[in-house]
Amino acid sequence: MSPVLAGVLQLLALIAALALAYVPLGNYMARVYSSTTHWRVEKLIYKGIGANPDAEMRWPAYLRGVLAFSLIGVLFLYALQRLQGVLPGSLGFASIDPDQAFNTAVSFVTNTNWQSYYGEQAMGHVVQTAGLAVQNFVSAAVGMAVAVALVRGFARSRSRTGELGNFWTDLVRGVTRVLVPLAFVAAVVLAARGVIQNFSGIHEAGQFMGGSQQWNGGAVASQEAIKELGTNGGGYFNANSAHPFENPTPFTNLFEIFLILLIPFSLTRTFGVMVGSVKQGYAVLAAMATVWLGFTALMMWTEFAHHGPALELAGGATEGKEVRFGIGASSIFAVATTLTSTGAVDSLHSSFTGLGGGVTMLGMMLGEIAPGGVGSGLYGMLVMAVIAVFVAGLMVGRTPEYLGRKIGTREIKFAACYLLITPALVLTFTAAALALPTPGDSMTNSGAHGFSEILYAYTSAANNNGSAFAGLDADTQWFNTTLGIAMLLGRFLPMVFVLALAGSLAQQKPVPVTAGTLRTEKPLFSGLLVGNVLIVTGLTYFPALALGPLAEGLAA
Amino acid sequence: MTTTDTHTHEDPMSTATPTRAPHSDAPTGHKPAEGRVGAGLFDAKQLVTSLPDAFRKLDPRVMVKSPVMFVVLIGSVLTTAFSFTDPGDWFGWTISAWLWLTVIFANLAEAVAEGRGKAQADTLRRAKTDTVARRLVGEREEQVPGTELTIGDLVVCEAGDIIPGDGDVVEGVASVDESAITGESAPVIRESGGDRSAVTGGTKVLSDRIVIKITTKPGETFIDRMINLVEGAARQKTPNEIALNILLASLTIVFLLACATLPAFADYAGTHLTMVVLVALLVCLIPTTIGALLSAIGIAGMDRLVQRNVLAMSGRAVEAAGDVSTLLLDKTGTITLGNRQAAEFVPVRGTTEDELADAAQLSSLADETPEGRSVVVLAKEKYGLRERPPVSHHHPSKEALRVSRPSELVGAEWVQFTAQTRMSGVDVDGRSIRKGAAGSVIAWVEERGGAIAEDTDAAVGRISKAGGTPLLVAVEDERGARVLGVIHLKDVVKEGMRERFTELRRMGIRTVMITGDNPLTAKAIADEAGVDDFLAEATPEDKMALIKREQAGGKLVAMTGDGTNDAPALAQADVGVAMNTGTSAAKEAGNMVDLDSNPTKLIEIVEIGKQLLITRGALTTFSIANDVAKYFAIIPALFAAVYPGLDKLNVMQLSSPDSAILSAVIFNALIIIALVPLALKGVQYRPVSADKMLRRNLTVYGLGGLIAPFLGIKLIDLLISLIPGIG
Repeated sequence: MSPVLAGVLQLLALIAALALAYVPLGNYMARVYSSTTHWRVEKLIYKGIGANPDAEMRWPAYLRGVLAFSLIGVLFLYALQRLQGVLPGSLGFASIDPDQAFNTAVSFVTNTNWQSYYGEQAMGHVVQTAGLAVQNFVSAAVGMAVAVALVRGFARSRSRTGELGNFWTDLVRGVTRVLVPLAFVAAVVLAARGVIQNFSGIHEAGQFMGGSQQWNGGAVASQEAIKELGTNGGGYFNANSAHPFENPTPFTNLFEIFLILLIPFSLTRTFGVMVGSVKQGYAVLAAMATVWLGFTALMMWTEFAHHGPALELAGGATEGKEVRFGIGASSIFAVATTLTSTGAVDSLHSSFTGLGGGVTMLGMMLGEIAPGGVGSGLYGMLVMAVIAVFVAGLMVGRTPEYLGRKIGTREIKFAACYLLITPALVLTFTAAALALPTPGDSMTNSGAHGFSEILYAYTSAANNNGSAFAGLDADTQWFNTTLGIAMLLGRFLPMVFVLALAGSLAQQKPVPVTAGTLRTEKPLFSGLLVGNVLIVTGLTYFPALALGPLAEGLAA
Repeated sequence: MTTTDTHTHEDPMSTATPTRAPHSDAPTGHKPAEGRVGAGLFDAKQLVTSLPDAFRKLDPRVMVKSPVMFVVLIGSVLTTAFSFTDPGDWFGWTISAWLWLTVIFANLAEAVAEGRGKAQADTLRRAKTDTVARRLVGEREEQVPGTELTIGDLVVCEAGDIIPGDGDVVEGVASVDESAITGESAPVIRESGGDRSAVTGGTKVLSDRIVIKITTKPGETFIDRMINLVEGAARQKTPNEIALNILLASLTIVFLLACATLPAFADYAGTHLTMVVLVALLVCLIPTTIGALLSAIGIAGMDRLVQRNVLAMSGRAVEAAGDVSTLLLDKTGTITLGNRQAAEFVPVRGTTEDELADAAQLSSLADETPEGRSVVVLAKEKYGLRERPPVSHHHPSKEALRVSRPSELVGAEWVQFTAQTRMSGVDVDGRSIRKGAAGSVIAWVEERGGAIAEDTDAAVGRISKAGGTPLLVAVEDERGARVLGVIHLKDVVKEGMRERFTELRRMGIRTVMITGDNPLTAKAIADEAGVDDFLAEATPEDKMALIKREQAGGKLVAMTGDGTNDAPALAQADVGVAMNTGTSAAKEAGNMVDLDSNPTKLIEIVEIGKQLLITRGALTTFSIANDVAKYFAIIPALFAAVYPGLDKLNVMQLSSPDSAILSAVIFNALIIIALVPLALKGVQYRPVSADKMLRRNLTVYGLGGLIAPFLGIKLIDLLISLIPGIG
């Protein structure tokens, strides 16, 4: 079987698996977030944190919940790392430096999971399990909660009170009813297929060519499951999903891609069910799937078609890719991880072809909305839909409306602010890093590729992706701090505007649908949404991309 | 106006009270008089005449209102300043010049749009000559300047006087020339009481004497407001325009960031970008096309209404018109012609159709009501009966000589309709013919011992059921008194209304017919006209309740009205169009005034509202889609020197980097001028479903916007490369 055919077959299997899970999981999540009953364990949690799970919140209260919870998460994770040296179960690792501890704490709370440390050489069992793994669950649940709040802004037709649900309920249910059960099943599957799951210490092994190598044990399968499922991406090991303990076989590789895409795609179904029209969900899904498939095809094409004698012998750009996965599967993984906010990698993105590297960057630059991170993908795409509806709605001669809500001055203001944040962070920090004398020292390469290293880092951080282009030594005060700030602002400022938008929508009286209404459930609208995403967001980065991956990719 | 018995209010035989000049209630299809603003065609000469205004608008305090163009202005200043540091650089100067032109073109678009309103404002000002008012103080008259009148003052106007201010006639009746406002030369009748009491300052009394109670303060009169409106002085940004401006501003910031960070990237790559090049790139990327034309589109939208003699009191109302999903239309005058017409003759047993037609015609010859005339016409058209001159002493024309029985009219005695008899007719040659309401005619026959054919009731019932009005025709001659048959009078739906309503339905707009008729009649007309729903026996309260009910469901409602009792509903409706012939209360309550008093125009108003939004959306899409091509022109021009691979992006094969950048800038400027006519005229609007409209506009302006600049920039580059020393 040719490698191209193998790649295509894997892609088809992946699509089939996602399609099978779409309806049941999407419906289930809609029930989870609409249910009025509480599980016993949830009641215990609510009692523990002193929250009334049935109190409705308007957007400022909901936002306060999000921010307070995340702030506590950052502080706790920071403290845990700073105290690692004196905590038991730390495998003898020292406390983490302040800048790196800040960076890591922010990174995991913002669902970014950028790692400026070597997991197996810095973090002990306590930090990994009690700190990082916990955030893997809750940071994902926060994203889903915000997305659900926005969906409620569209869906709630009767109240007009601006109420968006209860943050604590959404957060807890996201963990107890969605992430934990799914992660448990996924962890069992991964462990069964060879991913390690133990609390073993460091093993020293002699190497074939002489010298020795250290091998850590750890609760890897459980963390791997939520790492992909929650679109976190922070690996137990530095090599991430390229490491054989995290991702031993082609099957686990495909399964991990499936886990990455599972919730983000299915959330469009949840959206459709909650707004009372699954077709609306399909339209958003269609836009996401179009971009995702387009990017995957592009990536496979650029990686397989790369020219040069060595590459042609190998059948494509194999450098930096694991032979056990091959070019096709690595391409699918790279696109999935950068079009979501995952950032897990099973290959070195730096070693992709110039254009391939550009595809990974553009994927993140689009705002990670196809299908995007858990929750953040849906709300990102819905904000883009609001913009698309505004322009298209004008073209049908009415004040634009989406799902029966008018897109007026307030809504556009929030959507436009949302749109501004990540480009501002990415471009400003990249320019600053290039203009200042010291940050440039972190680059391994010069020229266009070196530029890509820095551009990639800030794109990844501001979009809460967390993957790295490799090559960049990010463990410096400058990068730890600025990337931390980029992650923090890139996560929570958009949430502010998403929740404000949701609140504004929830106060509206719905407009009835007539023949004069823009039909947002039609393929035409999905196409328009894709065009809008590509042109509005894509064009922002065109000059930057031209000087990095395009300059490199078109040079040959 | 509850009309359980249609005959009480809309008695077919009643003669309309002659309070209106013919034109005031027959407003359909007339053209504005000469001298007013034309049909809105764009004239290239306007570009030249508006040029001074375009320069005046360069004032930064004015420019700052349009964030996109303000950025271009700053860019122009920067590049010009930069060019002074390097005076030998033709490229810098050329770019600067074209950037200035971009700003000027944008101002020009606005100036042209405003200029068209100014012409009309001048006409109005002429009408607002300083008048001397004859104020009544007690019984005494005193002469005061019109500007000193305050609310509540009573003034006297006689034939030849200019009415000094807006008000209501409280005494008398007069014919008034309102051409200064409406452009309509035929005079209208204004009288105290009722729904035709409002007069407008600046109009002229042609006959008789009226006393007017002033209802507005000087400077706030209708004509003042009109001048403000057409000049755009009162123009405020509409909600939708503000929203679009926010989106454009945020796109501008995004591209500002992209350009501001580029020098750092370029320096790293080993090339230096000059200020001129950066500004050029920025101006090409920010949505200048829509930014330049946005206010022109808004002004032109209002102007299109003005050209149709509709004054919108706010731009918000025009936008709301595009969103309307329910139209309330009055039956009479809007859906049907003003009057009922005879549609058929139904003879009762023992009578032939011709016999009935002949009697009916004979009885109606002197009946000057539209209903009466229609009986004569029907008899003539359908039964070949010639018209006969009603009064015998008229000079018999050639035609009259050929009528069947000319002699019978000699000595005819015409019986006029009265509210008591509710019949009219003729006594001639020993025959008495009567036609009128069923009850009255039957009573008349029975009085004379005549027989009522047993199928009379059935015929009357059938016509009533079909929504028509039955008129009984009876005769008394040598054979005694008897009923001959029934004339079927029915409302005649205006031509083309059904198609209009189908169009509206396709646009997603529901039409509701409002009528004082009983439900039976209303339903028949509603079915015939093809409206979606009707409100029968409608009182003003019913109307109000209907509007509130629709609005509670999130719908926007538009209606027309003229009476004082319409005022609350007009105020409640999202778009309330008051007829100019109506009371000042109605005109105050509505947010638009139709100077032609043509209720059918509501449909056009909706279309203009939609067209306004479509034009904005289409040009925004076009503007954003343009960016793709500009990138392909500029990026390789900037960086192909350091990264030769990027020359592959130079898909247009532009001749040189300088020429590429210049071509993009020139295209960017020229496209503004090229689109001015479109902005003023509005994007072509056809009443089709939202889906079809989106598909069409996306193809034309989205896809077109992607492709057009590739062609345009290439073409400009070809021309530039011909200039020796460049290229």
